[in-house]
Amino acid sequence: MKKFLFITFYIFTGYMSFSQDCESILLGSVIDYHDKTPLKRAIIQTLDGSKRVISDTNGKFKIYGLCDATYTFEISHPECSTVLLNIDVSGKTEIEIKLEHHLEELEEVEVVGEVLFDQTNSAQEATLNTKKLEKFSAATLGDALKQISGVSSLNTGANIVKPAIHGLNGSRVLILNDGVRMQDMEWGDEHAPNIDVNSAGSVTVVKGASALQYGGDAIGGVIVLAKNHIFKSDTLFGKTIVNGVFNGRGGSINSELTKSFEKGWFVTGQASYRRLGDQEAPDYILSNTGVKEFGGSVHFGKNALEWGWDANYTYYDAEIAILRASHIGNVDDLIRSINSGEPLVIRDFTYDLGNPRQKVRHHLGKLKFYKRFEGLGKWDLQYDFQSNRRFEFDVRRGERSDRASIDLELTTHTISSNFKWDANKKLNLHVGLLGRYQDNFANPDTGVRRLIPDYEKYDLGGFTIAEYRLGQNWVLDGGFRYDFTQIDAKKFYRISRWEERGYDEDFQDLVIEDRSDIGQLLVNPVFDYHNYSTTLGAQFSKDNTGSFRFNYALSQRAPNPAELFSDGLHHSAARIELGDLRLQSETSHKIALTETRDFRNWGFTVEPYANFINNFIILEPTGVEFTIRGAFPVWSYRQTNARLLGVDISSFINWNDFVSTNHQFALVKGKDLDLDIPLINIPSANFGNSISYKKPKWNNFQVNLRSNYVFRQNEFPANIEVFSPDGAVDVVLEINTPPPAYHLLGLDSQLEFSLGGKTNLTTSLTINNILNTNYREYLNRQRYFADDLGTNIILQLKINY
Amino acid sequence: MKTIKYLSILLTSGLLFFSCSDDDNGGNPAPVNEEEVITTLNITLTPSGGGTAVTFSYQDLDADGPNPPVVSAPDLAGNTTYNATIEVLNETESPAEDITAEVQAEDDEHQFIFEIGGSVASATATDTDGDGNPVGLSFDLVTNTAGAGTLTVTLRHEPTKPNDGTLTGAGGETDIAAPFTFTIN
Repeated sequence: MKKFLFITFYIFTGYMSFSQDCESILLGSVIDYHDKTPLKRAIIQTLDGSKRVISDTNGKFKIYGLCDATYTFEISHPECSTVLLNIDVSGKTEIEIKLEHHLEELEEVEVVGEVLFDQTNSAQEATLNTKKLEKFSAATLGDALKQISGVSSLNTGANIVKPAIHGLNGSRVLILNDGVRMQDMEWGDEHAPNIDVNSAGSVTVVKGASALQYGGDAIGGVIVLAKNHIFKSDTLFGKTIVNGVFNGRGGSINSELTKSFEKGWFVTGQASYRRLGDQEAPDYILSNTGVKEFGGSVHFGKNALEWGWDANYTYYDAEIAILRASHIGNVDDLIRSINSGEPLVIRDFTYDLGNPRQKVRHHLGKLKFYKRFEGLGKWDLQYDFQSNRRFEFDVRRGERSDRASIDLELTTHTISSNFKWDANKKLNLHVGLLGRYQDNFANPDTGVRRLIPDYEKYDLGGFTIAEYRLGQNWVLDGGFRYDFTQIDAKKFYRISRWEERGYDEDFQDLVIEDRSDIGQLLVNPVFDYHNYSTTLGAQFSKDNTGSFRFNYALSQRAPNPAELFSDGLHHSAARIELGDLRLQSETSHKIALTETRDFRNWGFTVEPYANFINNFIILEPTGVEFTIRGAFPVWSYRQTNARLLGVDISSFINWNDFVSTNHQFALVKGKDLDLDIPLINIPSANFGNSISYKKPKWNNFQVNLRSNYVFRQNEFPANIEVFSPDGAVDVVLEINTPPPAYHLLGLDSQLEFSLGGKTNLTTSLTINNILNTNYREYLNRQRYFADDLGTNIILQLKINY
Repeated sequence: MKTIKYLSILLTSGLLFFSCSDDDNGGNPAPVNEEEVITTLNITLTPSGGGTAVTFSYQDLDADGPNPPVVSAPDLAGNTTYNATIEVLNETESPAEDITAEVQAEDDEHQFIFEIGGSVASATATDTDGDGNPVGLSFDLVTNTAGAGTLTVTLRHEPTKPNDGTLTGAGGETDIAAPFTFTIN
């Protein structure tokens, strides 16, 4: 079938091109710069009006019978200002026209290859637009990102969802929120990004470290959240989304309003609130899994052609209850939980958020100024401020349950500046500088030893990226970045631990205060890291139906505070985690290929990659220590050489005007090359298929049936043996054994109604896990204790006005 | 020219920013006063017919540090009933904090579970909480004839109450797990 379509396509286009006197063809597509959605109904015509076409629903157009000459085309679209473009037509010429809604860029309508419009030229990328994000209005950013092939998540229950790209998460994944790199303690496994998914207009994932403008240490990848478009006219518009969520017996509301002016002034406000009680697995209530989340943002500024500025303030506040049964005392409690098959604490449904729970608050402020220099390029200067506060409440004795066990405050100031030379059609340059200061304060009033110490951190970075257009088909890119990081920490070590680690031999000069009276030492490590990153890539696009991309990225990442300084008992995991002061930066070499074919009725993308990481920092079980509470496995950080190999495949077929299907497959294999064993926490292969039916006549009726099959992870490190005081014998702790494969079905459907004027109502129904299947996911840290969520029904009303 | 001017403004502002943020290196952080840590379990065993008391202890002064607990369990006499009392301490503080009182105050949320082996005949709690369920801060230990004996004392926080006196039945989280092996003469 596919082959047939392919051949038909070529025969047809071939025939057409020979039937004209002037036989050149212009193939093009018109897309939205920000969310990459195709723009239909754009009119492309020659100035004399002899040729005139309209872009189709995929934004595509073809103009036949052109001569080899330079034509001036007028491109107009109802939502954009009309633009004139000079295009050299020669043989079969393709162009991609990216129309920019943003006021600041209105004059920039450029031909394909125009540099720096995508996040990168040659890396693997995927974008979720506003419409796709709105579906997840009552969920988390991590849930939304899982729609992208190759993106998975490390969960702690259903509410703490930490995105992972190509098997890597945490500090290896950068998150850019409106141009600001999130600094929200991404080092912890149970720390999700402090972002409200409703505050983003679109989200792009770069699967690798190639977007050097954002940082050189994104060994996993970069997640770029961008704001919504603001139209240049005197308008007032907004939307409100209300969700009712069956599982958790709650819901959410999100509202946003934008006012813009002809002169370029604009202001946007957005706020959302989400509340859920205890969620439910198919057979029982998951006690203490409620959530309370509030997010809001204000964005305003002025955009003129020559210069502009904008200010953004975003607030995020979440209180998340953590499954009561996942709080355990020692290794025997963990063994009991694993063997029991169901949670050891099951209570009646409640909206109360009990302990253990976490409370996080994030303030983000940004001020940005830009200026365009005619015939040269654009310069911008940005300052941003972030304050992140994290409380973790444990089940405690005495009257201490209202006192946090962990109380950290992370404050970050960043100043950055970029210059883009984009006046030259063939060569574009992007350079930038960045300085960052960060302070972490660990409140001693918790009555619990600090897991992460007080520290100050300084970053200085600079980068250059060049893109060069070679002939009609090739765009080459290359970049270099240097980052200096200094971390200056003050930490108390127990003398027994200091000596057991051998630090008394290597780091005794770091001791600044001897507190033998309490068995501790105050230590002041000051470590410097010099990191270099490079990318090289090429994009080849021969005809309008696809492209081939090659990308190599070298990136280095300095160890994070958890990797360096962790030292203590981690209750939810019943393990003692030990950082290592001796850790060095890790270095990744990643090669990624992308083959995309996009025909009218079907298309596919195949993205194989190989990531070789030297000095990969890994946390793994290394032994057992005894305390008065019993035995605990010790997990230590270690460096090794690792290899990740994988492939992401996605495709679509439009069977007819009404029915289409989507297919996705992702596979990644991780190996510790030094020990020749599999890496821990690598996502299992998954295969997703969906079939959609669309009937625009029936109020834009759409229905979509989803199937997601997750294979069992068969490659995992060996389990560990621990001494069980209960039985007074050594037992195998099945901490690494993955759960079985599972298959989930889901359904989405939607209807649109016009309420007169500009007002639109969209109603949608989403059902997840239709069959109420019992399952556990390998990358959910609560898989030892409870099944994952049962059926969930979400009813959504959206009003655009 | 204008460009260079702008770029130099940027660089200068960057430097200013860095020079003014590096000055608060002064104060050192204070050590955390660890209130909740349990380091020591002492059991005083007094023969019910009178005689010298024997003390078992289980002490882990560096808490979740690398050093293992130090155990002391002197010999017991055979065919004897001992009235035992438990003391729980936090010795990271000076003077040591008595956690026993905290357990006592929250006795409905705590329970000591006793597991026996060898020549130990029984170990039974003799105190109760407000609901009449056993707590175990005091208990009776009965020995058989001479031989080796074992006693494992486990303190569970938030157990299911009432329960059958086993670890599985009690549930909750382990705050103390102290195994003793000793000789009965």
